[in-house]
Amino acid sequence: MKHSGSEVSELDKNVIRALQGEFPLVEEPYKELASRAGVSEEVFLARVREMTQQKMIRKMGAVLRHREVGFSSNVLCAWEVEPERLDEVARSMAASASVSHCYDRNVAPGWPYNLYTMIHAHSRAECEQIAEQLGRENHVAHRVMLYSKKEWKKTSMQYFQEP
Amino acid sequence: MTELTTFDKALLNLLQGHLPVCSRPFAQLAVQLGTDEQTVLTRLKWLKQEGYLRRIGTFFNSARLGYEGTLVALQVDGAHISSVAEAVNRYPGATHNYEREGEYNLWFTLLTADPVQERRILREVRALPGVHGMMNLKSRKKYKINVQFQLR
Repeated sequence: MKHSGSEVSELDKNVIRALQGEFPLVEEPYKELASRAGVSEEVFLARVREMTQQKMIRKMGAVLRHREVGFSSNVLCAWEVEPERLDEVARSMAASASVSHCYDRNVAPGWPYNLYTMIHAHSRAECEQIAEQLGRENHVAHRVMLYSKKEWKKTSMQYFQEP
Repeated sequence: MTELTTFDKALLNLLQGHLPVCSRPFAQLAVQLGTDEQTVLTRLKWLKQEGYLRRIGTFFNSARLGYEGTLVALQVDGAHISSVAEAVNRYPGATHNYEREGEYNLWFTLLTADPVQERRILREVRALPGVHGMMNLKSRKKYKINVQFQLR
């Protein structure tokens, strides 16, 4: 088996380690990150642009705390979709502005759900309405609403930390 | 909670989608917003401090970096939920861990550098006291990963 991350160069690993912490809120943030990675700002910026083109970087930007900006309710909704319609339904649900994440997943014994959507709204009642509507529009009758009761952990992955 | 100003919302909407990759990214954002670099920086520090901003930074495509991801659902008896949740939290690759309603009551995402490591962690978690069931829910296709909220 191919060693994982084998296509990621040592330079890239250093750039990734520098980027994955907090982004410095200073005038020249990349200069600071470049010095952590041990390269010039020019080299660093060039690598970030290339890694974005190569889709190693998915996004540079901000993530909001959704409760604080008014989206006080969310639910992980899992759907049971006929396998032959999965791709079409997934695309359709992903297009909804209320859906932030949409993944297919394998089923398990006693667990027929194969499509997962994260729905954001302003209340639990609105989450229910949105799910109801998504189900109706896409002709998916069976779903399970996995409301969270407690957030035990929510972090960003720290890549290439292991020795 | 203090209300966000129109400027804050414009700044957050812009920054959610795109942090410029150039020597002075906040100066560039300032130009787009019709203000100056210091105003952008001051406001971002405030938004961070007040808890509106979870994180500014880089989001990686874990698969492209050679990492495997999965979603794991556990059936845990009520008395053991904290101890199991805390044990899961200790794995650096367990990035999101939620107690949820339903028969499977603890759900976590797991990123690992190789399948051997994933199997080892799942074996260890399955063996924790109070864990009665486990599902390893792998995704083949991610149709959307986009935590953006348009603020009006």
